[in-house]
Amino acid sequence: MKKALALVLIALVAITGIFAGGSSEDSGKTEIYFLNFKPEIADVYTDVVKPAFESAYPQYTLKVVTAASNQYQSTLRSELSKSAPPTIFQVNGPVGIAENVNTVAPLQNTSFYALLADKGMALSLDGNVVAVPYAVEGYGIIYNDAIMRKYFALPDKAVDISSADEITSFETLKAVVEDMSAHLDELGIQGVFASTSFMPGSEWRWTTHLVNPALQAEFGDLATAQAAAAFDFTYTDNFRNIFDLYLDNSITPRGMVGSKADADSMAEFALGQVAMVQNGNWAAAQILGTQGNVVSDEDIKFLPLYMGLDDEESKGINVGTENYLAFNKNASPEALEGADTFLTWLYSSDEGKAIVTNDLMFITPFSSFSADEVPNDPLAKQVNIWMNKDGVSSIPWVFNGIPSEQWKADFAQAMLEYINGNYTWDQVTQTAKDAWAREASLTR
Amino acid sequence: MEKALRKYFPLFALPALICFALSFLIPMVWGLVLSFCEFSTITDATFVGFQNYVRAFTVDNYFTSAFWFTLAFTVVTVITINILAFALALALTRNIPGTNGFRTIFFMPNLIGGIVLGWIWQVVLNGFLAGFEKTLLSDASYGFWGLVILMNWQNIGYMMVIYIAAIQNVPSDMLEAASIDGANGRTTLFRIIIPSVMPSITICLFLTLTNGFKLYDQNLALTNGAPNHQTEMLALNIFNTFYSRVGFEGVGQAKAVIFTIIVAAIALLQLAFTRKKEVEN
Repeated sequence: MKKALALVLIALVAITGIFAGGSSEDSGKTEIYFLNFKPEIADVYTDVVKPAFESAYPQYTLKVVTAASNQYQSTLRSELSKSAPPTIFQVNGPVGIAENVNTVAPLQNTSFYALLADKGMALSLDGNVVAVPYAVEGYGIIYNDAIMRKYFALPDKAVDISSADEITSFETLKAVVEDMSAHLDELGIQGVFASTSFMPGSEWRWTTHLVNPALQAEFGDLATAQAAAAFDFTYTDNFRNIFDLYLDNSITPRGMVGSKADADSMAEFALGQVAMVQNGNWAAAQILGTQGNVVSDEDIKFLPLYMGLDDEESKGINVGTENYLAFNKNASPEALEGADTFLTWLYSSDEGKAIVTNDLMFITPFSSFSADEVPNDPLAKQVNIWMNKDGVSSIPWVFNGIPSEQWKADFAQAMLEYINGNYTWDQVTQTAKDAWAREASLTR
Repeated sequence: MEKALRKYFPLFALPALICFALSFLIPMVWGLVLSFCEFSTITDATFVGFQNYVRAFTVDNYFTSAFWFTLAFTVVTVITINILAFALALALTRNIPGTNGFRTIFFMPNLIGGIVLGWIWQVVLNGFLAGFEKTLLSDASYGFWGLVILMNWQNIGYMMVIYIAAIQNVPSDMLEAASIDGANGRTTLFRIIIPSVMPSITICLFLTLTNGFKLYDQNLALTNGAPNHQTEMLALNIFNTFYSRVGFEGVGQAKAVIFTIIVAAIALLQLAFTRKKEVEN
C-alpha cells in the first residue's frame, strides 16, 4: 500500500511538473518571434531568412510561425494571449490596428520605420506610428497577350484598335471582350474571363478589389473612407458594368460560380482556357506554378479595372498594400530591439535585400531599394511599369477603409443572390449601403 | 483495504479532477465571465454587463435565423438517421450471409472527419447539380438537403452499431414465445423489440439531437452559410460573430453561452422524456 501510494505521489509530482514547467531559454540569446501572414512564402522564412539572419546576428534567435491561409486573425489572437507572444505581427490596415489597439507599439523611433520612403504610408494611432508597410502590391485585369495578339490579327474583328495597349476605357474593353466572345473557337479559348469565383472564401476579389475603384471615386482616399459613416455607392452602375461583363463573357455560366474557387480561376488562365482574369501580382506564382502552364512570362500583362468612371484613361492599376508590420508592445525591450535589428537588416543590408527581391519577391516601399531591385516575376515587373507610366496615376487601395469583415460578407452574399437571380441590382446596392451604415455605427 | 481506499480516495481522484478542472471547468466558468466582458484576448477583459447579450439579438437577426435553421435541420436528421439506422440494424441482424461486411461498410463513413466529409460531399453534390447549371449555393434548400444527406451518411452507421448491439440482446426466449403465440413480424417489432431496445433509442436520440445542434465542420465545408446566411447554423454563426467585427468577441461568447443553455435544456428534456418509456428487463 505504501509503495502504491508513493507511486501515485510521484506520478502527481510529474503531472504538476508538466503543467507548471513551461520552457525557459537560458542560452543567453534573445528570441524574436515573427508571426508570418503569407503561407506561400513560409519556407523562405524558415529556410533562407532565419539561417542568414542568425549567422549575421548570433545573439538572436528568430522564430517564424506561419498562420494557415485565412486563419491569421484567429492565430494571432491565440498567440498573443500566450506567455511568449509574437514580437512582430502583421496587420491588414486600419481595421487590423483597431483590433489590436492594446498591443501595437510605437515605431517612430525605429530604424525600420526610417527606411520607409513615403512616411504617409505608415499607419498611426493616437499620434504614434504603429504599423509600417513592407510590400506594395498591384492588381488589375491580368491578360494573356498571346491570345490578344491572335484576336487583333483576326480579319473580321469588330474594333479598330490593334493591340491591348490601346484599351484605355470601359467602352473599348467591352467592345473587345464581347467581340472576343463571338470568336471563341478561332481564339482557342472557352471564355474571355476566368470564373467569377464565389465559392465560400473566394469572394474577396470582388468584395474588396473590384469595388475599390468605386470606393476611390466616391471617397477619394483611405482616411475619408475610414471616417465615412455612410456609403452611397454612387458608382454602383460602373461597378455593375464590369461585374456583368465578367459574368456574361465567362468560361463559367452564372449558375455555376458558387462552385469555383479563385485557384480555379488562376488555373483556367494558366492553362490558356481564358484570356483574362482579375487578380494581382501575388498570383504570379500561382500562374507559373500551375502544371501545364501555357502562358509565357512576357505575355502576362495588366490592364486597369475599367468600369466607365470619369477620366478613366489616366487611371492605372490599383496599387497599395494591406501588408503592414507591427510590434507587440508587451514583448521584452530586448526582443523589440531585436525585431528592429532584424527588419532593418532584412530591408537594408545587401544580403537581406537580395533575399527580399529574389526569394520573398516583394516590391518594397523602402528607400533602401533602388529602382532596378524589383522581383523577377512578370507581374511584379508589370506593377513597376504601371506605377511609372507617364500620364497615368495608380488608384490607391481605399478598400482598407471598409468598416468590417461583415460588410464584405454581406456584400458578397448580395452579389451571389444577384447572380442566382434572387436579387435585383438595386437590392445589391441597397445591401451595400445599409450594411455600411450599420457596420460603421457599430465599429467606430 | 476498503478503509484505506476510502481514506486515500481524494488523492486517487486528484489527477483526474485536475485534468477535468483545467480542460473543462475553468474554461467554462471563464467563458461565462467573458460573455459579460468586452475583450480581444482572454486576458484583457473589461466588464460590460448584459450588453453582449442584447447585441447578440439586436445587431442583426442572423442568430435567430440560424436557430430556426438548426432546429429544422435537427428535427429532420434525428428522424431520418434513427429510422434508417434502425431499419439497417434490423436487416443486418437477420441470418443473411455477408452482414458483417455490410456492417463495416455502413460504419466506415463515421471514421472520416467532418471537414473532409464536407469537402467530399461538396464536390459530389456540386458535380450532380452542375448537370442543371446550379450549385449548392444557388438556393438555400440545396444547402439544407445537402447537409441532411451528409449527416445521414455519416451518422447512420454509428447509430446502426448501437441498435445492432441492442437488438442482439433482446432475449431469444421472448421472441420464441411471441412466435409460438402467433405474433406476426409487425407485432413482434412494436411489442417486443422496440420496447426492449428503448435504452438504446434514448442514447441514439440524444446523440443525434446534440450532434445536429453542434454541427460545425460539415456546415463550414459544405456551404459556409451561403447563400446570404440562410444555411448558417448556430455554431458557425457563433464563430463568425467572433471574427466578423472589431469588438464583437464578447457577443460571440454571449451567443455561445445561450447556445450551451439551449442545447443542454433540450437534451435534458429529451432524456427525461425517453427514460420514462424505458422498461426494466
